[in-house]
Amino acid sequence: MIRSEILKEIAPILNPHLVVCNIGLPSQELHMIDDNERNFYMLGTMGLASSIGFGLALAQDKPVISIDGDGSVLTNLGTLPTIANNATGNYTLLIIDNGSYGSTGDQPTYAGQKTSLSAVAKACGCDNVVEVQDKDLGPVLQSAIDSDEMTIIVCKCDSGNIKLPVITLDPVVIRHRFMEAVKA
Amino acid sequence: MNIDKKIADDLVANDVSFVTTVPCKQLAGVIEEVEARDDIFHIPSNKEDEGMGLCAGAFMGGKRPAIIMQNTAIGVTINTLATLTQFYRMPLPMIISYRGELREPVACQVEMAVHTKALLAQLNIPTYHFHWQKDVEEFDNILKYTFMCNKPVAILTDANFWGGYGDQ
Repeated sequence: MIRSEILKEIAPILNPHLVVCNIGLPSQELHMIDDNERNFYMLGTMGLASSIGFGLALAQDKPVISIDGDGSVLTNLGTLPTIANNATGNYTLLIIDNGSYGSTGDQPTYAGQKTSLSAVAKACGCDNVVEVQDKDLGPVLQSAIDSDEMTIIVCKCDSGNIKLPVITLDPVVIRHRFMEAVKA
Repeated sequence: MNIDKKIADDLVANDVSFVTTVPCKQLAGVIEEVEARDDIFHIPSNKEDEGMGLCAGAFMGGKRPAIIMQNTAIGVTINTLATLTQFYRMPLPMIISYRGELREPVACQVEMAVHTKALLAQLNIPTYHFHWQKDVEEFDNILKYTFMCNKPVAILTDANFWGGYGDQ
């Protein structure tokens, strides 16, 4: 499965929850599949989906899922120790690991070669790290959200993209409606 | 006046309850003070752009955030400031140790100091420079201003403000 197929499959699981979605194609795909005010689309700042989602989870009690990519996590590996050492049960980090920088033309990442992001997350001190194959993600994600413990999911999948338009929503609108959803 | 306590007092008085820090020798006292306050959740970051991400999330979660960091970090956070904090119009007080200014003992620090104000000006980030201890009296108003306008705001605090490096 490629990322857009995975997002289509897990969209009903994500729908009731606050989601912080990675820059580029992941946000564009989620926007196309199930745009709603509980989604925070990153329009810039590669690498910070995990940190933004984590800050949000620390600041309030609702479940938060950050959807990140292997390439983006590699640009911000330093946040994994921060997440591990300040764990909060309402946070799930879903790393869609297709071994490539999808938004920039599928150049290979090191996560698709010798580097294991689940081993990195464990070494950083994350207690609950699950590596899962794309077709098995749904139940794993659901139980991570339902659980009182913070979970890092590394979902291995194929690289590949679909053609779709950029998000034209104004960033302040994305942020404002998201904050209203947080308060609701 | 204890400027570490004054800064922490003003943060609490302005309901700033989520503070991330990347350490600097000059900031050790204020970081310790922030850590000691029950009203502030203190979360150390490994890099300043990560910290700005945490602050963005905390703000959207209903908390008032702040970041405490060194001016060298302006060099690594420009993209985050422009495409996250400014693009989504989020407030962020940045308490910045202004290394490489008067009474600086490390020559290399001057190399980023000479670019610091120019970079902040290029980003249209409101910038205040604390050189004398009495300048801290402005801090309360700067926090109010930051959360009024929903912008990142820089407070540069130099070695003279912090009392030097034990050189006098």
